[in-house]
Amino acid sequence: MFRRCYLSVLSVLVVLLLSNISAIAAPDGKALFMSNCASCHNPIKKSTGPALQNIRGSLPGGDWVYKWVRNSAALIASGDAEAVRVYNEYNKTAMTAFPQLSTEEIDAIFKYVDEYKPPTTTPAPGNDTVGSKSAESNGWLYTVITLSLLVLVLILWKANNALRRAANEKQGVPNEKEIPLYRSKLVIAVTAILAFIFAGYWIVNGAINEGRQQNYQPLQPLYYSHKVHAGINQINCLYCHAGAEKSRQAMIPSSNVCMNCHKQINEYTGAEAHPLVTAEGKTINGTEQIKLLYKYAGWDPEKKDYIRDEKGNVKATPIQWVKIHNLPDHVYFNHAQHVAVGKVQCQQCHGNIEEMDEVYQFAPLSMGWCINCHRQTEVQFTNNNYYSIFTKYHEELKSGKRTKVTESDLGGMECQKCHY
Amino acid sequence: MSQKQYWSDLQDLRNIETKAEVSENEFREELPFDLSDSVMGATTPRRDFLKFLGFSTLAATIVSSCEMPVRKAIPYAIKPEDITPGVPNYYASTFVEGGEYCPIIIKTREGRPIKIEGNESSSITRGGTSARVQASVLSLYDKARLKHPVSGGKEVTFDAIDREIKEGIAGKSGYLVTCSIMSPSTKEVLNQFLVKNPGIKHIVYDAISYSAMLEANLACYGKKTLPTYHFDKAATIVSLDADFLGNWVAPIEFSKAYAQTRKISAKNPVLSKHYHVEPIHTITGAAADDRATCRPSEVGAVAVALYNAVVSGAAPSFKSARLNKLITSAAADLKKGNGLVVCGSNDVNVQTVINAINDKIGANGTTVNWVTTSNTWQGIDKDMLDMITAMEGGQVNVVMMHGVNPSYNHPEAKRFNAALAKVPMTISFADRLDETAQLCKYVIPDHHYLESWGDAEPKVGFYSLMQPGISPLFKTRAFQDSLMTWMDAGQTYADYWQLYWNTRMGGQANFDMALQEGVMEPETMPNGTATFAGNVAAAIAAVEGKKVASGVEVVVYQKVGIGHGGVWSNNPWLQEMPDPITRAVWDNYLCVSPKRANEMKAGIDSFNEVDYNKYVAKITGANGYAVTLPIMVVPGMHNDVVGIATGYGRHTNVGRAAASNDKQGGKNAFPFATINGANIEYFSGVTVVNTGEKYELAQIQTHSSYENRPVVHEYTLEEFKKDPHGLQKERGVEIGHYTEKPWHEGHHGEAVVDPEMEEGFRKEGTLYPDHPYEGIKWGMSIDLNTCTGCGACVIGCVAENNISVVGKYHALRGHEMHWIRIDRYFSGMPEDPDTIQTVFQPMLCQHCDNAPCENVCPVSATNHSSEGLNQMAYNRCIGTKYCANNCPYKVRHFNWMDWNGADAFADNIFEDGRRDDINDDLTRMVLNPDVTVRSRGVMEKCTFCVQRLQEAKLTAKKAGRPMKDGEARTACQQSCPSDCITFGNVNDKESEIYKIRREEQIERTFYVLEHIHVLPNINYLSKIRNTDEIVAGNEKKDGMYAEHI
Repeated sequence: MFRRCYLSVLSVLVVLLLSNISAIAAPDGKALFMSNCASCHNPIKKSTGPALQNIRGSLPGGDWVYKWVRNSAALIASGDAEAVRVYNEYNKTAMTAFPQLSTEEIDAIFKYVDEYKPPTTTPAPGNDTVGSKSAESNGWLYTVITLSLLVLVLILWKANNALRRAANEKQGVPNEKEIPLYRSKLVIAVTAILAFIFAGYWIVNGAINEGRQQNYQPLQPLYYSHKVHAGINQINCLYCHAGAEKSRQAMIPSSNVCMNCHKQINEYTGAEAHPLVTAEGKTINGTEQIKLLYKYAGWDPEKKDYIRDEKGNVKATPIQWVKIHNLPDHVYFNHAQHVAVGKVQCQQCHGNIEEMDEVYQFAPLSMGWCINCHRQTEVQFTNNNYYSIFTKYHEELKSGKRTKVTESDLGGMECQKCHY
Repeated sequence: MSQKQYWSDLQDLRNIETKAEVSENEFREELPFDLSDSVMGATTPRRDFLKFLGFSTLAATIVSSCEMPVRKAIPYAIKPEDITPGVPNYYASTFVEGGEYCPIIIKTREGRPIKIEGNESSSITRGGTSARVQASVLSLYDKARLKHPVSGGKEVTFDAIDREIKEGIAGKSGYLVTCSIMSPSTKEVLNQFLVKNPGIKHIVYDAISYSAMLEANLACYGKKTLPTYHFDKAATIVSLDADFLGNWVAPIEFSKAYAQTRKISAKNPVLSKHYHVEPIHTITGAAADDRATCRPSEVGAVAVALYNAVVSGAAPSFKSARLNKLITSAAADLKKGNGLVVCGSNDVNVQTVINAINDKIGANGTTVNWVTTSNTWQGIDKDMLDMITAMEGGQVNVVMMHGVNPSYNHPEAKRFNAALAKVPMTISFADRLDETAQLCKYVIPDHHYLESWGDAEPKVGFYSLMQPGISPLFKTRAFQDSLMTWMDAGQTYADYWQLYWNTRMGGQANFDMALQEGVMEPETMPNGTATFAGNVAAAIAAVEGKKVASGVEVVVYQKVGIGHGGVWSNNPWLQEMPDPITRAVWDNYLCVSPKRANEMKAGIDSFNEVDYNKYVAKITGANGYAVTLPIMVVPGMHNDVVGIATGYGRHTNVGRAAASNDKQGGKNAFPFATINGANIEYFSGVTVVNTGEKYELAQIQTHSSYENRPVVHEYTLEEFKKDPHGLQKERGVEIGHYTEKPWHEGHHGEAVVDPEMEEGFRKEGTLYPDHPYEGIKWGMSIDLNTCTGCGACVIGCVAENNISVVGKYHALRGHEMHWIRIDRYFSGMPEDPDTIQTVFQPMLCQHCDNAPCENVCPVSATNHSSEGLNQMAYNRCIGTKYCANNCPYKVRHFNWMDWNGADAFADNIFEDGRRDDINDDLTRMVLNPDVTVRSRGVMEKCTFCVQRLQEAKLTAKKAGRPMKDGEARTACQQSCPSDCITFGNVNDKESEIYKIRREEQIERTFYVLEHIHVLPNINYLSKIRNTDEIVAGNEKKDGMYAEHI
């Protein structure tokens, strides 16, 4: 288990390091595309907006494309013929303005898009699975060895006893009456004590684990595959779970957020490359699931418009998802604290969510698990000015007396950090 | 040392044995342990025990092996743009209830209001609130509210009755009765309605009337309005029966202003001087420097005496020497300038005399502002009386009532009810079927103010907008919308209102900004005088011509929490808020002075005050109205005066918490008010008889005792100026010797405590190791000088921290749950009410650095944080209550029952028939989702609002900057209208709390029970009274006390 953690932490660190290095070197076109554009554009497919691969060739040259990206509405308003044409072609859907993107960044995005190749479907075996498998097989081996050694000890002890008895008989020393193992007081006592200890351990552990649901993977009202969205299509987690940076709740998106993309995407075309299968082995028709979404969202795919009631409100019904990650009422957990401040990756607690078709609870969500992370995780101590008040730690870091500051150094192990 | 003798009740003072017994007894009643022979002598208790053990183990195993419930996570179908689940939204709005006004910020979570804060943009209330404002959010979720319009007791639709009503009022004559209306747009709508219906007359009626002031001001200054009183500019304040910190006119505004003149430091030892004369004991009287009592019918005479003393220096000649002395010195001080005289009388002549005094001392234009006048109260008593007469004459066809309840609160309610029956068309806009509404043909419930659009103009030129925090919960309709429907206005009030302000402010952008800000005010408040043209001689003659009563007089007064009744009667938070003076909950009672109680054989000699069984008195008024009420002994009451609070004795329809019968809910006090010519006087002559029966009354403060250890430090201004370090010397005696090595404990009688000495005491005074506080260390400072005991903090805390309401039965068993309580201590001689001085001390968990509760917890459920918080982990608590026993401040509260349905077992919830609506699904919407709802069997106490601290820290962390001082504020601090609580990071040398402790208020800082070395994180600032004398020395020792009782 430890090794598994260690490996995953290591791999996360390596990924972090790599991404940091590239971020310093040049704008990361892929990251920028994923966080800004991917919800409406596909590099090679037409969705809410046009397919972007090599699109620059068909557009007016010069500054036009930068102006369009930074504020398309202004360009359209200025009466630019090409801008008006694009606007009309895409059902007069205005493109979000990105005034914050620099010229280099826009270039980087287009570079990424132009070089984009659709992903191959064979998943690369993760380090994690290999590591855990070897750890598991080792454990099994140790058990077998231990058991056989125990049997060996028993045989040797019996043999020794038999030999001693034989020797005694030869020498005429009277043998003690042989007591069968099951009536030996020592054996009974040891067994009873061991049974008591194990039963106690089992009961206490069971009681502690009461209400925990690791690996809980319920059937959801709608087959939504995180793998298809976050994995294959690389949609940023925060696009849908926008609360994760702002709120204690990460937020399950309402169906109108789904419709931002699914107004255009009305069929699942990846069935061959990645067939959707439930945990029970049932094959799911992705297109049918999108139709189900339309029902919830109140969208009429024929008319390409929302179904509205007499007051003009969209007739949408919320999707009643089954809650997987349940914390007890007396635990206060804040996503923003961990995501925005602690810079913890989603995967650290939710597992490889981008590999999950159906989500299951990856972490035990036990207090020990929380506390362990608080013990080990280094906080963003020097690059967040909030911590400037901890002068003693800063001095110790400077003098080399201390190598890192963990959450537990800042009171992260105290009751009222999570219970109030 | 000027240490006074303080007592929390009379037993405390007399040290009566029963009190000692009670305080020594851990449990008030017999513990339910059956130790009789039948159990101990039973043949097989051991076997039974094993059987039970086996059964419960098995049961627990089976129960726990049940499947986990499937929980749903349901997102919005379409998420509103501006809502992020888990992040609160704040909306500026305005609290208005009749003439009560408070600009507020509504905190909403996922679209439901959960907390009210004061709006700091307002220059009038400056962020202050009151207990009622804080509790108003609970009234939104009141289960007794009407959920639809009612006609003849049946649910009807608006469409169905609108036609009937329109036909019914067309061309008819009648009355539209409203409470005071501050809203300019509503007035506009009213005017349009009246133009369309010329037969209908609009009159204003207030439950507690300021009619005499309005009339006197009209006569004296030609203005039928109240002026703005600038308490902050007053050097001398004289109040004759005006409870301006509790209920009179605009207590939030006055508390803020008054507190400014009560802040004092050694560098600037200046205080205003506050003289107070009153018949009963109010919190304003407690705050006063010099206080005397008089009969309610004598207030006019006192006003005349003060006028004479100011004008001619004539010496007053009342029976009470203290009263005479007070008037003489008050007159002398008033003449020095910057004086202000206010009076609570509802007699035009008395108010004319008061106007004359203010004119003579030059208050007009300085402390009394006649240019920026106040629109708060507008009711004229005579209009209401005229209407009743007209109804009796059968001349009235239509009566519409908005915000008024004369059937309950008019002294002539019987006449009113009979007359109302003669009116064919009666319409009420009440939010519930109250005493008046149930007599009306149609009830068209108005929105709650948190569901309404609106505005207010509390002072001329000062505007405040009202926006809803939630869409209407029920089928209710704005009062204005009803009028607009009936006059075919063709638009809704919301549209009309928006257009009204849009045009006045010149565009949508300005309007949006104003709506966000909440208030629109001129930069400075224009001040100015007015020419006095009143007939003083006639007024004095009229006052002197009025006879002062000779027998017992009853005063009909308002409690700080419940006020005049209204919706507050059915507010469990307010019902359970202890009255600041009597510390009683859930009832009204007959306030009686100790001397009179003794005479009635209901006093301390014959009955133990600590015991909750009180004698019941029968009170009979001149008009034959008689009620029975328990006797509450209140030191500081005039000996010939008894007091009964309003807001009790309500009808069942008002709600379960308010409903009264013979056994609970108190009695209605309003019928004891009388009509004096044209105005209502809130007192009358009564006879009071002790019936000898008993009634249980729940009082909070008598539950625990400091056993005469000094907890409050008080000095006169003179003493403080002479020796600012007096308090620090007293502290030096207690803790000074810890600065030396223990083996030569020197005598440090005169040592002044300095930071070094405090540090020495911290380190040397204990065996326990000191806690390091690397980053933040939270600390609080409470100024006893500005605390008025108003209770806003108590309700603010209740709202923020999901504090349970326990109901009367458990309150009297000492099971109340308030995390902050305001202890009240009397000093002086009980026999002589004029000698009584009262001090309030807010008491909450002191978050001790060396906390005695932490050491004794067997499971470490309570422990210390690195930020100086004394933490409480509810789910670790096993309920031994050792911590509560070991707490020297008695601030820990145990959940004896499942108050909130937080237990795993559904039917475990405690119910008493009165408080239960608090657990209704509707009412539970008020709960703060960031705070755990505690279940049965765990201990709880103040957390310093840790959820707010965490939030403030998170905001700073997300922005990547250090936390700013004042960013983290506790609920009590934020709600206080007197700014007496300061909170912050003591480690931050720039913080206000650090400056108070180490720079500005070194001289006044002390810690309660410091010598026991618990190292509290809350310091108090000593009380400084601007008086010549500390009335009570150590009477008990020198025998003076014995002489007096």
